[in-house]
Amino acid sequence: MVYMPHPFIIILGKAVRYAARLRGGGSALPGLFVEKISPDFIKQTLGQLPRGVVVISGTNGKTTTTKMVVALLEAHGLKVFTNRTGSNFTRGVAAALLGDIDIKGNLDADIAVLELDEAHAVKFVQAVPPRFSLLLNVMRDQLDRFGEIDATAKMLEKIAIATTNTVVLNREDTRVLTIKDVLKDQKVELFGLSDELLGDFPSDDDMRGESVKKTQRPAASVVLKKYSGNEATYELGGREFSTTLKLNGVYNVFNSAAAIALARAVLGTEMKTDIILATIAVVAPAFGRGEELTVGGKPLELVLVKNPSGFRLGLKSFSPEGYATMIAINDNYADGRDMSWLWDVDFESLSEEGVSQVAGIRAYDMALRLQYDEVTIGHIERDLVTALRQFIDNNADRPKRIYCTYTAMLALRRELGKITKVEIVS
Amino acid sequence: MTKQIITVLQLYPKDMNIYGDYGNLLVIQRRLEWYGYDPKVIHYNVGDVFPSDVDIVIGGGGQDSGQEVIHTDLIKIGPQLKALAEKDVPMLMVCGLYQLFGNFFKTLGGKTLTGIGVLDVETHGTHERLIGNIVTNNEEFGDIIGYENHSGQTFLGKNAEPFATVIKGAGNNAKDGYEGARYKNVIGTYLHGSILPKNPKLADFLIHTAVTKKYGDFSTDIVDDLLADLARETASDRPR
Repeated sequence: MVYMPHPFIIILGKAVRYAARLRGGGSALPGLFVEKISPDFIKQTLGQLPRGVVVISGTNGKTTTTKMVVALLEAHGLKVFTNRTGSNFTRGVAAALLGDIDIKGNLDADIAVLELDEAHAVKFVQAVPPRFSLLLNVMRDQLDRFGEIDATAKMLEKIAIATTNTVVLNREDTRVLTIKDVLKDQKVELFGLSDELLGDFPSDDDMRGESVKKTQRPAASVVLKKYSGNEATYELGGREFSTTLKLNGVYNVFNSAAAIALARAVLGTEMKTDIILATIAVVAPAFGRGEELTVGGKPLELVLVKNPSGFRLGLKSFSPEGYATMIAINDNYADGRDMSWLWDVDFESLSEEGVSQVAGIRAYDMALRLQYDEVTIGHIERDLVTALRQFIDNNADRPKRIYCTYTAMLALRRELGKITKVEIVS
Repeated sequence: MTKQIITVLQLYPKDMNIYGDYGNLLVIQRRLEWYGYDPKVIHYNVGDVFPSDVDIVIGGGGQDSGQEVIHTDLIKIGPQLKALAEKDVPMLMVCGLYQLFGNFFKTLGGKTLTGIGVLDVETHGTHERLIGNIVTNNEEFGDIIGYENHSGQTFLGKNAEPFATVIKGAGNNAKDGYEGARYKNVIGTYLHGSILPKNPKLADFLIHTAVTKKYGDFSTDIVDDLLADLARETASDRPR
């Protein structure tokens, strides 16, 4: 059957998208509009793509990993459609599609690479079975939305089962790795870490227990062997390759191994190792994921924190020495309403330098958390705009770093956009 | 002068640790230090030797899978925990371990996990997840503020008194307006958040009870709870 979307629907959707942009923010809004009037829209549009659909899901690192996968495939000459905005709900995909299709509903791309929130991915793959999927990790995140972590793992399992060709799994996350046992028709590829690096990645399960020595692990097609400074060594198909990176934070670097494993599965024999390495070398982290801005001639880093493992890895990846630190915690729906997670993060690494500014809706919860780790606090201010000004004024001559939850990050970026150059995300 | 030791037993940190209930241990530990005592923490995991000398016991929530892992072991140490409860030892059991300190937990699939019966309550698995910010009230401790997230619904038996009444939120079940259960100094509750940081009166009850029981009196040092008060203010105004 040839699908002809109603041109009127598309024009209307594009108009809403334009209006939403003018209004500022809200990338999922026009998508919601089209989804309502034409539910088959995404299915029909993505169904046309010659190399199918790739889905990336998991708790942490979706946006940066997706960005890397897109770069890797584009470097090999593929035309890639992606939901660049980090609006990783189905509506966000519809919204992104509206920006890229022509008026007849044709999408000029070879392949779609989409990052999807776990719960939305489950719905999405029922409509559009992906050819490839990459499942990154299951961590405690927004459990108030999904219930328990085991339930989240089940969602990833459903995505894997709906995949038609290859499923790429994280060898070092037990809940993700065991998904391979239920797959019959799909090829499975793994990415992993060397034993040496494994210690830097405590899982939620190991968190308060004794660390488990993971010795007997299946072979992985891509392994991050070494990472120090800005140089990484990967093992790819049994051979070792090194490159320098723009990415910072060991977590982002591990995700680069995931991106390479997925690109390898998609490209097969078309893959060129030198192109992979050259591309990975220049990818910058996605916005708010260790992104560096300049304020008053000094660097200011934004580090998105969404869950205890992400926060712990952030604190581990970036040394507080010489930096002024701010922490901004919101509890809007997209951040998760439950504050329990702050108690699963150790802040003792900040006790030497202290925290200059604590901000956000839940500033006092964060301050209370720091009190119990005996970390000194400069100022507490719930209002993000005031807090940011205060933070910058009080630390004019120092490099700065802000750990922030999702909606706090969006608000801070908006404010920072007024005083410095901030990458525009539409 | 050597500081007086208070032994805090944390049950199953390996398998029942996933909702930030570690915060409860940290608060007890730090406040004991701030009051001038020497907290000694014992992490008890499946298969460990149960310690003989214990002043405070705390336990947290976990996955359903975590509950199954610890179940046999918990039944084994049940009589020792019961004996401690009878001796008025203060305990705080949150969520998963609250359920298993009751008589039984019947899952949705019809499977029954026997509890150790310290609290006369029973829990039934449901399809409904009771989730969100919650405010309850207890006559002794005032408003208790936290976050609930459970699909098991708990009902009190004749020998259990409710720990608190619900002001905002669901509590034990979606029906009777009670939250948690209490027997002697054993408190079972669904509240995460973690519960103790934002409810220092409850933390001090556990500490005060343990210290006076062991040493006869309690230091009069004062901890500054201004940040807890401000965090309570914010939390009680937030949407469910």
